[in-house]
Amino acid sequence: MIKRIVYREWRIPPARYWTILGILAVIAGIGGLAALYMEHEGHWVTGMNNSVVWGTPHVFAVFLIVAASGALNVASIGSVFGKGAYKPFGRLSGLLAVALLVGGLLVLVLDLGRPDRLIVAMTTYNFRSIFAWNIFLYTGFMAIVIAYLWSMADRMGAVFYKPMGLFAFAWRLALTTGTGSIFGFIVGRQAFDTAFLAPMFIIMSFAYGLAIFLLVLMFTFDQEGRVLGDKIVRRLKNLLGVFVAAILYFTVVYFLTKLYGAKNYELVSWMLLGGGTFTVVFWIGWVLIGGLVPLGILYHPELGKDRNWIAAACALVILGGLATMYVVIIASQAFPLQIFPGQTVLEAAPAGGIIAEPAHYSPSLPEFLLGLGGMAVALLITAGGVRVLQFLPESLADESMPADEGAKATGSALAEA
Amino acid sequence: MNHHEDKIDGGRRAFFGVAAGVTAGVVAPGVVLHAVSAAPRSEPVTDAVRWGLLIDTTKCADGCRACVDACDLENGLDLQIKPEGQSQVQWDRQKSVWIRKVKLQDNQTRRVTNLPLMCQHCEHPPCVDVCPTGASFKRADGIVMVDRHTCIGCRYCMMACPYKARSFIHENVHGQLTRVPRGKGCVESCNLCVSRRDYGIASTACVDACAAEGHNAMTFGDLNDPESPISQALKAIPSRQIREDLALNTGVRYSGV
Repeated sequence: MIKRIVYREWRIPPARYWTILGILAVIAGIGGLAALYMEHEGHWVTGMNNSVVWGTPHVFAVFLIVAASGALNVASIGSVFGKGAYKPFGRLSGLLAVALLVGGLLVLVLDLGRPDRLIVAMTTYNFRSIFAWNIFLYTGFMAIVIAYLWSMADRMGAVFYKPMGLFAFAWRLALTTGTGSIFGFIVGRQAFDTAFLAPMFIIMSFAYGLAIFLLVLMFTFDQEGRVLGDKIVRRLKNLLGVFVAAILYFTVVYFLTKLYGAKNYELVSWMLLGGGTFTVVFWIGWVLIGGLVPLGILYHPELGKDRNWIAAACALVILGGLATMYVVIIASQAFPLQIFPGQTVLEAAPAGGIIAEPAHYSPSLPEFLLGLGGMAVALLITAGGVRVLQFLPESLADESMPADEGAKATGSALAEA
Repeated sequence: MNHHEDKIDGGRRAFFGVAAGVTAGVVAPGVVLHAVSAAPRSEPVTDAVRWGLLIDTTKCADGCRACVDACDLENGLDLQIKPEGQSQVQWDRQKSVWIRKVKLQDNQTRRVTNLPLMCQHCEHPPCVDVCPTGASFKRADGIVMVDRHTCIGCRYCMMACPYKARSFIHENVHGQLTRVPRGKGCVESCNLCVSRRDYGIASTACVDACAAEGHNAMTFGDLNDPESPISQALKAIPSRQIREDLALNTGVRYSGV
């Protein structure tokens, strides 16, 4: 018989809870110190330069922002696509979405040349800039998700549950489109300059967000001994598999799109074969760790049933996601600008990267620590949220899961999840 | 309440009167003089002119970097100091460069071309489009530059520039010129020696240096004025824009490429 879903605060023993919080706080604190150091000294202490202007902090920041919109997807499947089994996840999904976005934005802001001028960014706008739109997309996202959470949790808000779910879903699609377009709208760089990046970022967000969601869900439930049914875990991990496969498909199409123009032959062969570290990160990180290996685990008849292996697959998707962002953001900048097609640059003085060789970038420790700090902040918000508010269902045993809304929501890929 | 306090203090009034008069007498001439001297510089920039450069690559000499050095001197870029502990290789990638001397070879014909490459002062600059705060802007007279008060250092303009014309100030700035304020954490690039426009000087440091070397490969002037030397030259010799395919209508034109 189907029971009413009861939500309850995360009540693990205080000692364990505070240890988790303490570790996260220390990582976040170190990230803050790293940001302070880079801000005080200037960006010369980072691996960034005038050719690779966005470095490791952007890798983490964009990953977190993309994952944030993806984390909300789980709630959308419940409300927009009427899958009852996903409804109990709605609250955690919303919380994670806000937490990941805050973490990502923090990294983005702290990597600015002038973070002290944030107020300028919030008050002076150029609406031709996709960056300026994103400021509204991000802040709007947080407000909408908080309202969405209210509609899930409060009896008075229940009437807005469906419309808010739909609105939040539309907004998250806009947000990820905006994030992908930051890169897609750059006409001067060959690796960018394609609207294809917007849908590709959306598909990536589905996978990264779900991987983080699944890890957090399994961890929190396991720590407190709450029941998480096999059936629902199987549904979630199969869905993750679909999303990971979709990323691989989009990756193939991205390179095929590029290969269609002769001007991009060099770019594609550099990225796939001759790009040194970038090529290694592409094949090992993006394709293998983030794609084929987790796919193999998730659909393996034995391993795919083991929660530890599922957790490992989620972790691999996250690592692979960071590798993907590294290639998308940094390799694309490192490839020389095609300023003089048909000509070879023999000399450039001062050099600074328009020479025919790819630009140099090696990540520095403070950059990495700042990025890690952003992740810690996201988890800190999540850990705090589930502890003090009723985000987590008491039980997700298979027999207590609500039924899907049935025939109402067919005809969509998500609905098939 | 107290009758004594209500009485007007005549001496105090007189003192204020004299003080005000003396102050006005001292300050006013300064204000007037300042206003007079500032007059030409306080006129708003109009789109009646569009400043631009023409570079005749056939006259640009191999190995000469007079324009680069002159630019560094004019804009205080020669004052950049490598931060202690930074490697020379990495510093070369990080320090500000407003103008580059580039040597090209055609892949098919093997013809070698030399040219200076700087901000192309596009009519439709991608750096201006992407700037979230509007700090990257185009003046009415066509000069593309960065407002140092609203630049937040996001570097999106550097991502967007197809010419790699912009530099980010990676280090603390020690010593800078009054006419070219610079600061850590902001983006900068060639502004066609914008401070010279305020004083009505019709040239740029790079153009002057090129002429002083006797090469005369660069011409500066008003693209809107059909009688200006640059317009006359553009009419007489074939020229093109770099990355014409992007249709940015650059203010810097090249001949012989």
